[in-house]
Amino acid sequence: MGLIVKEKEFVIPGDVIAEGIDYLPAQDVFRDGDKIIAGQIGIVHVDNRLIKLIPLTGAYKPKPGDVVIGQVVNIGFNGWSLDIGFSNLALLSVRDGSSDFIERKSDLSRYFDFDDFLITKISNVGKGNLIDLTMKGQGLMKLQDGIIIDVSPSKVPRIIGKQGSMITLLKELSGCKINVGQNGKVWISGEDFEKVIEAIRLIERESYLSGLTEKIEKLLGGK
Amino acid sequence: MDNISKEYLIKLLEKGKRIDGRKFDEIRNIDISYDVSKHAEGSARVKFGDTEVIVGVKLEVGEPFPDKLDEGTIIVGAEMLPLSSPDFESGPPSIDSIELSRVVDRAIRESKAIDLKKLCIVEGEKVWIVLIDIYTINNCGNLQDASSLAALAALKQAKIPEYDGKNVSYKNKNEKLPLVSLPIECSITKIKDKLLTDPSLEEEKMMDARLTVGITESGEICAMQKGGKGVLTIEDVSKMIDISLKNSEKIRKLLK
Amino acid sequence: MYIKRSDGRGFDELRKIEAKVGVVKSANGSAMFRIGDTIAIAAVRGPRDLYPKFMQNPKSGILRCNYNMMSFSVDERIRPGPSRRSREISLVTENALLPAVDLEEFPNAVVDVFVEIVQADAGTRCAGICAASLALADAGIPMRDMVCAISAGKVGGKILVDLDKFEEDYEGGSTDMPVAFLPRRNEISLLQLDGGMKKDEIIKALELAKKSCEKILEVQRKALMEKYQHG
Repeated sequence: MGLIVKEKEFVIPGDVIAEGIDYLPAQDVFRDGDKIIAGQIGIVHVDNRLIKLIPLTGAYKPKPGDVVIGQVVNIGFNGWSLDIGFSNLALLSVRDGSSDFIERKSDLSRYFDFDDFLITKISNVGKGNLIDLTMKGQGLMKLQDGIIIDVSPSKVPRIIGKQGSMITLLKELSGCKINVGQNGKVWISGEDFEKVIEAIRLIERESYLSGLTEKIEKLLGGK
Repeated sequence: MDNISKEYLIKLLEKGKRIDGRKFDEIRNIDISYDVSKHAEGSARVKFGDTEVIVGVKLEVGEPFPDKLDEGTIIVGAEMLPLSSPDFESGPPSIDSIELSRVVDRAIRESKAIDLKKLCIVEGEKVWIVLIDIYTINNCGNLQDASSLAALAALKQAKIPEYDGKNVSYKNKNEKLPLVSLPIECSITKIKDKLLTDPSLEEEKMMDARLTVGITESGEICAMQKGGKGVLTIEDVSKMIDISLKNSEKIRKLLK
Repeated sequence: MYIKRSDGRGFDELRKIEAKVGVVKSANGSAMFRIGDTIAIAAVRGPRDLYPKFMQNPKSGILRCNYNMMSFSVDERIRPGPSRRSREISLVTENALLPAVDLEEFPNAVVDVFVEIVQADAGTRCAGICAASLALADAGIPMRDMVCAISAGKVGGKILVDLDKFEEDYEGGSTDMPVAFLPRRNEISLLQLDGGMKKDEIIKALELAKKSCEKILEVQRKALMEKYQHG
């Protein structure tokens, strides 16, 4: 009874993590009879009675409040459809498109056009994974003159760092503007963007190893 | 899998920069592995950076063409596998894969890289048919050059099975396929007025046009294909041929 | 009577297995699975938009599998393109993997699984399923269990596992029975038979296959650990 697997152990789908009713499945694990089973590749994390997995991979799962980077792929009468790297497109309605008032019959492409990249926030995830976006909020805007790279969504917390410490370091040392979306898209703008990309790939590869901050400082050479 | 707006890409190019930091005439790191599929008469895997293809060569006995009764034949096919890119769909070969295979074919055929007369078994009746099949494994741009090089690598190691007049014995292969020269293909894309060798996926998606040049060991151009919906000037073509001449020598060395 | 196996293996012994995860960089998940001289590559793309729209399921994502053999993977070249055989194998592969995945989070979407056989020496559909299971886990698709597959059967009167090509074609009689297990719950998701076996022989072969699948699971675990434990 109890925990079969240790905290911080690596598990694969189907692995039995705990037996009995003492534990509750929280995230990426599920109950099967009296057992709690891993539903993904991940690292076991136990918080009181809650068992969850720190996922090591996986598609992005949209949550309300997430700040994401998306690309306009369609413009309709009511708003814009954005690709945020999820299986469904996300909808930005005219009402939520801007803090300014947008006239009902205006040409929406004047605000955001096809292929524009926006940093936007998820306001709601409805039934059937219908995702609503809003541009009303601090720091939300159209992105210009940058390059966007894909990172694994599970690595986003490490790239941002505790209280934003890692991303602040990256910005300071490279002199670049950087924006990270929870959906695994990172926008970089500036002269030394290639170094930033290298630094981010390093963080992805070595996210669990110690001394990462020092390695990043060395790589970016302290401007 | 980096996304970039065309304007920003062009700004970078104006500064002399490519997204992956390469020089305009620089090719990515090339990796060649031989004999990746043992039932093939010859096979190879080639990587240009992260772009990866596998090519296999099979030999069958068949009839010659009526206008070339003493020569073997070559058939090149390509499948852009949906596993290699989100843009490829299952189904019959797309027009892009047909173009890819025909351009690979052109360089090999026109340079007479295979001594087809040596593939004649009984004149007018039986010849060896060389079937070259290309499979894309990962698309990060320039499947064309990777496929062409992999085809050569597969041909280079290929051996002819034994034939007793009735049946082919695939378990017994001794004689080498008569590959007498190595024609190398180089593709260069044009974006605005910049010429970029060995295009990455993003550069391909935003190109105005592309020129693939097939070059023989003696420096002669045996094949060309202008791809894409844009245009080239005579000066472009001249410069692109020069770049290809230089780069084809570097690539050919990797095969030897 | 088949007294000794052509390669000297025990009747319950598998050929050498090699597995690697993440071999197709641009795919959401991918893996190579090699058993003896059979090599399979699997790649997962999705969850992604599904077209045509009428195929969409508003209650759950769907799984779509495509099995294909490279033309030069066998001695006699295979004409490129789907055959009736490859389409059947695509279907049974899909049915083997479906009980293991949970696609309720992705309504109207599709998870595409592509299996390519690079080199064949019998047991290709099983190798494909083992590779596909790794690729699905690599892609982070929610799964209830892994899926392990192996061929079992009767060759020259002997019950054994992991038939190679020689044994599949054995002149003294050969029955091939590909099986796939969801190892944790011992549930069978693939079962086919080609030949002639009695019921008690089948049960014995299934028990042997189950034990083999436990070994395959450990190989899969190691392959996943190798990719994910190094950062």
